[in-house]
Amino acid sequence: MTDAPMSTSATLRQTVEARLKVRHAQERRFRAYGLAAIFVALAFLTVLLGRIVSQGYTTFLEYSLTVPVYVDPARVDRTDISGANFDLLIADQVLGRLGIKDDDFGTQSSKMMDILSNDLGFQLLQKVKANPSLIGKTVSVTGPVRADGALYYKGEIKKSTPEDERKLDNTQLQWLDKMKSMGMVSSGFNTGFLTKSDSTEPEQAGVWGAIVGSTMMLIVTALLAVPIGVLAATYLEEFAAKNRWTDIIEVNINNLAAVPSIVYGLLGLAVFINWLHVPRSSPLLGGLVLALMALPTVIIATRSALKAVPPSIREAALGVGASKTQTVFHHVLPLAMPGVMTGAILSMAHALGETAPLLMIGMVSFVPGVPEGFTGAATVLPVQVFIWENASERAFHERTAGAIMVLLVFMIVMNLAAILLRRRFERRW
Amino acid sequence: MLTWVALLALALFSGATFFAARGKALAAVGGRPIGLHSLPGYYGGYVALWVAVPAALILLLAAGFGGSLEAGLLRSSESSALQALDAQQRDVFYNDAVTLSQGGQPSETVYEGPQKQALADAVSKAKHLRSQITYGALAAAIALALAGVAFAYPKIRPDFRARNQVETWIAGLFILCSVTAVLTTIGIVGSLVWESWRFFQSVSPVDFLFGMEWNPQIAMRSDQYASSGAFGAVPLFIGTFLIMIIAMVVAAPVGLFSAIYLSEYASPLARSVVKPLLEILAGVPTVVYGFFAALTVGPLFREFFNGIGGLLIGSGLDGLGQYLSQVQNQMALVAGAVMGVMLIPFVSSLSDDIINAVPQSLRDGSLAMGATRSETVKKVVLPAALPGIMAALLLAVSRAVGETMIVTMAAGLQAKATINPLDTVTTVTVQIVTLLTGDQEFDSPKTLAAFGLGLTLFLVTLILNIIALRIVQKYREQYD
Repeated sequence: MTDAPMSTSATLRQTVEARLKVRHAQERRFRAYGLAAIFVALAFLTVLLGRIVSQGYTTFLEYSLTVPVYVDPARVDRTDISGANFDLLIADQVLGRLGIKDDDFGTQSSKMMDILSNDLGFQLLQKVKANPSLIGKTVSVTGPVRADGALYYKGEIKKSTPEDERKLDNTQLQWLDKMKSMGMVSSGFNTGFLTKSDSTEPEQAGVWGAIVGSTMMLIVTALLAVPIGVLAATYLEEFAAKNRWTDIIEVNINNLAAVPSIVYGLLGLAVFINWLHVPRSSPLLGGLVLALMALPTVIIATRSALKAVPPSIREAALGVGASKTQTVFHHVLPLAMPGVMTGAILSMAHALGETAPLLMIGMVSFVPGVPEGFTGAATVLPVQVFIWENASERAFHERTAGAIMVLLVFMIVMNLAAILLRRRFERRW
Repeated sequence: MLTWVALLALALFSGATFFAARGKALAAVGGRPIGLHSLPGYYGGYVALWVAVPAALILLLAAGFGGSLEAGLLRSSESSALQALDAQQRDVFYNDAVTLSQGGQPSETVYEGPQKQALADAVSKAKHLRSQITYGALAAAIALALAGVAFAYPKIRPDFRARNQVETWIAGLFILCSVTAVLTTIGIVGSLVWESWRFFQSVSPVDFLFGMEWNPQIAMRSDQYASSGAFGAVPLFIGTFLIMIIAMVVAAPVGLFSAIYLSEYASPLARSVVKPLLEILAGVPTVVYGFFAALTVGPLFREFFNGIGGLLIGSGLDGLGQYLSQVQNQMALVAGAVMGVMLIPFVSSLSDDIINAVPQSLRDGSLAMGATRSETVKKVVLPAALPGIMAALLLAVSRAVGETMIVTMAAGLQAKATINPLDTVTTVTVQIVTLLTGDQEFDSPKTLAAFGLGLTLFLVTLILNIIALRIVQKYREQYD
């Protein structure tokens, strides 16, 4: 009988140890799930960014063509310079340099025009217009290779693809090779992408107009949302009595923060366009809509920054005779400022990336230049991305990714500014 | 232009009154501010505010609403020559009149006979009205500024409580700013309800909410086949629901497990690296996710399923193979999966906060009883955090329902009532965008339908948010 308890304790021990094994295996599995989840999330981030960079970096590579063009007096009329076909003139001369004779129907030159950007002809026209004495002389012009040609140089269009499945035929590819080997084509950093505005020709399209539009819109948003948001938050946090009205305002703000952004677009359409007649697709209108959208976030961020200021500061100010308003404006707000600015910058970064409400208020239109003013038609970076993504030309896809890279750079700069501001001025009380 | 000059002049004038009033207050006590009730600046500020604010308000109102007022007055007395025109032509006519009076380029409409005369009359009348409004506002602003001086300046005496007065102005500004948030809500609800009400006059709410066919094409001619269009939104609700479910299937486990790992297992160093990285994922604009879905994930998934389909063709599952080899880029799965990725950081950061709010004593108790960490998480921390996590998931659902760009770029346009994730579906937000981009006439049911959808979307997300915020609030009180 004496060994019975021992054997139970031994079996107990055995069962416990067996259970422990199972439990520890469970523990390891659980931990692995967590780790796997984090890896999945980070892998998504890597793939997302990697894919955009790999699709977009070629945008910043430009192949430009330099051709000396003899401005033939027989083809350019001194009295009607704009009437001359400079595109054809350039194409013919490039053909001549490559040693190719055109037939009577102009088949070759029209094929050549398909791989030369019409920016070349436009530049030549401007030069000759400004200085008609150039007629009869040789003028050198430099401009981009047409988008499809550039795609070939970049390896996006391959020779191995069957001829009828690609946009350029074999002769055009041969010409492109020849032009490159003759040293007419040079590659370099594509400054045009950053300095030009939207265009129907991919090789001439750039993001400058969108950058200016985004900046103007953010100025309007910041000028409206930040002061109004900060004052509203200050009122609610420092002055307002706790009553039914302030409760309503609070609940309101919390709910507004979670309203889908597209609803703000509907609001902008119904109230700002139809009722107040704010000009469509203007930075002013976009700024107004985004300001309403950003307001709740600014208010919430400001309130938490104000909450972080210890009551002793307020009591000290009140104790030496400052009024409530003086306490807030001279002491509490300045101390909360780093937090407020961090929140404001983050909500502006969010507004910079917002697209959906802007589609409702007519910002999807084609704007081939820098906006004329706060009430002129404009486009903004994320909408430019959306427009280019919808374009059918393949060359616009790399521009889309390029525009996204520009957009992400702006977002990262703003976020870094917010983080640095927080690090630099953060105070622990 | 005139408004800017007037505002600048007003600013200068009120600046001058500031110094005048400050000087008067100081002079009254012989230059020693100690004798004043308030700091000298407050006396200046008091008068300057009375001068600047009412006059500036008048000028801004005239600048903002002068155009509408002018158009309204122009229409108030209508010429008999316009009786032949319908409402739309009349709009064009008045637009032309206003444009011409400003020296702009009118539309290409040609007006004949009495209408031409009426146009000339309207143009001169518009010019007259505009100058009346502009100069009227200017005169009113000058009068108000002077009245401000007359009212406020004589009050400046050493015992005048200028600080309290100025602070009353500031309090007014505070309240005005706080009310903006309420006004936004009123604006949203008002515009949505008003336009939806107009929509429901042509389409009954029952058809809208329970109809199975969505086909918002408006015929060019009234006798055309299917001239009314169909506005049954059920396929859209099903599509939205399907994409939301797919997104949550991706986001909920990944988000939750990463939150658990970060708060329970990760070292502070790993935490300080991973959290900002997840925040980057959260900061990526949705249009970027849309681009990624449309041009990377879509083709990838299509090739994957087409490949499987190709293998299955001819085998026992021939039908399935045939189907799989024909799936398109725009399947619900693509939009849903990418939206799920977008929601991962949202779910994980909310759940992280909530798990961290569970008191450490609960964990310590459980660990002291011999539970492993994972048992502690499963049996103690998660049950305690469950309401909060439910709320976080509800907020994520609300985000998924309201998300627009990913679905606009990666989901289809065809309204199909299906729960097959490989099929193309459309969502409420996609339809709002499609209905409202391009040319809009504000009285067609097609445009107004977008507001009906918007109202539904707003109400659904609002209810989800209210429930979620309620849960979070209650839960917080439990441990505070």
